[in-house]
Amino acid sequence: MDVPILKQRDYLIASIQAVLTDRDLLNLRDKLVQQVGNFRSKGVILDVTGLDVMDSFSVRTLRDMAHMIRLRGADTVIVGIQPEVAFAMVQLGLSLEGVPTALDLEEGLAYLGRIPKRPVPKHRP
Amino acid sequence: MTDRPSLPHNLEPSSDASYLEVLRELVAHLRQNRTQLREEWARRIMGAKFLTAMTNDEILAECSAVYDNYLGALETGSIEALEAYARDLSERIIPRGVETFEVVGIVLLLRDVLARSLFAKYGANQQVLTRVLDAYEPAANRIANTVAVGFVQERERIIRQQQEAIRELSTPVLPVRERLLILPIIGIIDPQRSRQLTEQLLRGIRVNRARVVVMDLTGVPTVDAAVANHLVQTVEAARLVGAEVIVTGLSPELAQTLVTIAVDLGKMATVGDLQGGIEVAEKLLGYKVVPISLQSDP
Amino acid sequence: MAIFQVNTATTLMDTIETVPIRTVTDIVIARQRGRDRALSMRFSETEATLIATIISELARNIVLYAQHGEILIGSLDNPPRRGISIVSRDEGPGIADVQRALLGGYSTSGGLGLGLCGVRRMVDEFQLETAPGKGTTVAVKKWAR
Repeated sequence: MDVPILKQRDYLIASIQAVLTDRDLLNLRDKLVQQVGNFRSKGVILDVTGLDVMDSFSVRTLRDMAHMIRLRGADTVIVGIQPEVAFAMVQLGLSLEGVPTALDLEEGLAYLGRIPKRPVPKHRP
Repeated sequence: MTDRPSLPHNLEPSSDASYLEVLRELVAHLRQNRTQLREEWARRIMGAKFLTAMTNDEILAECSAVYDNYLGALETGSIEALEAYARDLSERIIPRGVETFEVVGIVLLLRDVLARSLFAKYGANQQVLTRVLDAYEPAANRIANTVAVGFVQERERIIRQQQEAIRELSTPVLPVRERLLILPIIGIIDPQRSRQLTEQLLRGIRVNRARVVVMDLTGVPTVDAAVANHLVQTVEAARLVGAEVIVTGLSPELAQTLVTIAVDLGKMATVGDLQGGIEVAEKLLGYKVVPISLQSDP
Repeated sequence: MAIFQVNTATTLMDTIETVPIRTVTDIVIARQRGRDRALSMRFSETEATLIATIISELARNIVLYAQHGEILIGSLDNPPRRGISIVSRDEGPGIADVQRALLGGYSTSGGLGLGLCGVRRMVDEFQLETAPGKGTTVAVKKWAR
């Protein structure tokens, strides 16, 4: 399953609409981290509405992905986690600590729009 | 675990040919006298003032069905059909207020009516009577047990359902403003209630597209470590579906429990009371509440 | 052999479904079967997701550590309660330090290490049999609420 990545202005939007294997998820991570640089995107919205299960592997992969994207200079927001999936995650003791979440695509866009511009790093002489 | 060994599905599976023969014979007798015995049974039920919630016609109709199922179970040794009927019957009569003692009483009455009939027929010959009763008693006891257990299980199921419904009502998720939910929790929280509360809140967040939730614990007297952990999980689960939770009304005892179990308080936004919580929530959502007097032009 | 907790309800033999686990695709298949079974037994959507998540963790352990094995999904016979039993079986290297594996934070494959201890927290009964070189069997039971 290949997840299409949409480019919308400064943002990349990846929408998972079907069940993914571990490998599909790793491919998606690599592609997003790559394209953030290519398109000089400021933010990534990952819509996980289609993920039936978030287990330790998916959570770790998503967290790693968000951190890698951060290092490439963009913010990530994960949207569309289903109530049942969220419930199972917290029962398993899994958290997406440090990764922003929002209800859906629309809220995700609103969230990225609210983030203040990053300060430009000062050059030392 | 409260596991109870399930009842065997066969009545005394005996290969003893004479036992089966006796059983067949007594079933034939009971079937022959069906009309009379059934009416006798119904009379005894009404006489004992059982099933007062039902009309006499209804009692007669149920008596016919139970009687036939009863004989079927005696004859085949299989109680499955009777079990299914008992469940179905329980489902119909429980809402009408029929009590456990009535159901047990009715089955024991039938057992008695049939036994008396067997006495009358075989009583002359002590040896034959003993064999007949040896075949009849264990089977009849097993049947009585099945019906009573079926009834009690059905009752328990209904009670569980009702508890569920009451719990659902006990924790309303209130949309007070666009994007803002209030979840006032009142009373004791046990693990089951906290699970339900979480599920309801998560659904509420999606339905109302909430971005902020104020969870007010003013009405919660105390919690144990397990429930405190559940509350922390609730807050985290809400965040995962996209809403920030502000916890208000933590009593000194609750605060102490949370500290004792070393909950990472950094993850939880807390505000002293509900009013303060709503104010913070409104600020987060970009609302600004201004008294009307100050609103009118300068 | 380390054995945790004993059985209290038996799995109905004719309800057992075996899903062979060799690849990451099999993980997805196994958890979908688990979800379907749970829903067909009138488990709630939330409980079905819990069961799918449990199976996902167990199946992934097989792929990561043992390369191949199987997941068995069965229904429990204890009316009026409804329950599902899940068994994960492999002949891989086994777990050397069971206590540590169950405490969490332990992992030799770079996983989160929350797998087994998380699964244990989510189920009603948990049984683990393993020894170095002897493979691993995890048997869990979950009752419908």
